[in-house]
Amino acid sequence: MLAIVLAIALAARLGRAMRPYLLATLPLVISILLVNTFLYPGATDRILTLGPVSATWTGLAEALQATARVVAFALSVALLALTTAIDDLLDDLEHRGLGRRTIFVIGSAIRTVPRMIERAGEIVDAQRARGLDTEGSVWRRARGVVPLAGPMVLSALSEVEERTMALEARAFSAPGRRTTLRPLPDRPAERALRWGLFLAAVVLVGLSVSGRFPLP
Amino acid sequence: MSEAIVVNAVNDAPPTPALLLDGVRYGYAGTRRWVLDGVNLEVAAGRVLGIVGPNEAGKSTLCLVAAGLAPAAIGGRLEGDVLLGGLSTRDANPHQMAQRAGILFQNPVTQLSATAPTVYEEVAFGPRNLGLAVDEIADRVEHALGALRIEALGPRDPMRLSGGQAQLVALASVVALRPPVLVLDEPTSQLDPAGTRLVGEALAGLAAATATAIVVVEHKTWLLADLADACALVADGRVVVHGATADVLADDRLVELGVEPPPAVRLRRAAAVRGVALDSAVVDAVAAARLAADPDTVEPVP
Repeated sequence: MLAIVLAIALAARLGRAMRPYLLATLPLVISILLVNTFLYPGATDRILTLGPVSATWTGLAEALQATARVVAFALSVALLALTTAIDDLLDDLEHRGLGRRTIFVIGSAIRTVPRMIERAGEIVDAQRARGLDTEGSVWRRARGVVPLAGPMVLSALSEVEERTMALEARAFSAPGRRTTLRPLPDRPAERALRWGLFLAAVVLVGLSVSGRFPLP
Repeated sequence: MSEAIVVNAVNDAPPTPALLLDGVRYGYAGTRRWVLDGVNLEVAAGRVLGIVGPNEAGKSTLCLVAAGLAPAAIGGRLEGDVLLGGLSTRDANPHQMAQRAGILFQNPVTQLSATAPTVYEEVAFGPRNLGLAVDEIADRVEHALGALRIEALGPRDPMRLSGGQAQLVALASVVALRPPVLVLDEPTSQLDPAGTRLVGEALAGLAAATATAIVVVEHKTWLLADLADACALVADGRVVVHGATADVLADDRLVELGVEPPPAVRLRRAAAVRGVALDSAVVDAVAAARLAADPDTVEPVP
């Protein structure tokens, strides 16, 4: 899977864009490598000894396998994020029959996050102007969250009713399917590739479960 | 109970009212108070009714009731009848009401769906919900954006607009649904004088071209003086004064209730206080000139 993801990333020339995603996995990868290599239970095939702990070949192999899984997962997410516009994805899912409420919840959550961040900034500025200390020690910053959270939550709640009414007034609960404005092209080659990958995954899982091709 | 306000075109047979409120009382869920207490209103197709009144008068509640959202969407107690094109709001679902009455709230941000990547798609949100054909949706969106002269905002992110722009987009999103009745709660509260005039022209054009009945709550009485066929002064959930726009906006009770009359009325009053007789045409010309300069700060001329 890692090989497939990397091949797609290279073909799409996304190597540089994927670096931040890769770097984000570093803390996890380092801890996996250290813990497994030095503390793998029952392993005796030492590579070297550092004080009370020893690195083992078995632990190192396990660590590399786990690292490959984490990196493959992170890069898959990166690949989706970098190649697929979320609006296109939601449009297509809706076109394929996913309910308008589900689409709305996902879409509004994604689009509301930047708005919430902006609002938090506005509230912080307002609180600062009124003398709130939002810098300095961790304790002081933690205390600063309280007057921030109150207005954030209350303003969000106060808008819920009006938003609900606004949706009703815009026929959100109308029966039938919504119109799709931008039906996305779905080429035969893309369909074949999607089905091919899906079938390959099914075959691999089947072989692994049956013991003919045990996956790590 | 006050007499019904009739805002009809003058012709032989009285047309079916696009909106009728008959003896309407409304109280929010969990409260005993009637926020609206015996309101009678009637607006015919193609006519504009202005609503003025002090804060907490019940104007926004009147909008919710007239658009069929209260009590259908938010609960509460409703007495009397609210008819949209002859259909009682008690007998219809909110989405059926959406095709009979569009409503614009005071806060444009809550009006927007927050799911559309562009203004164009935001305005298309309502028509898409109705499952209309793509061509029809495109026609409605382009017409709505054009009427408010905001075509240039089409590709913009609706979450990154100024307050005034968001208000125009929210209004366009309601207009795109093409309901026979439009209920607008302070549609120009975040607009500058030029934007306010633009909205006034767009609404007047909409009423004339598509026979849309419009109810507009406004603090800017100078806008209503030009736009509305009739006005109603609302206070404490009741209609205090109603009738032709010029008469209502010149009524002394407007000032007593804290509503500022339009510049022409203030000018006439200021002249009368000083014992100066002003010709009507002169008053209108001076008021219009000062209004053009800055309608919100215009002061009576001695």
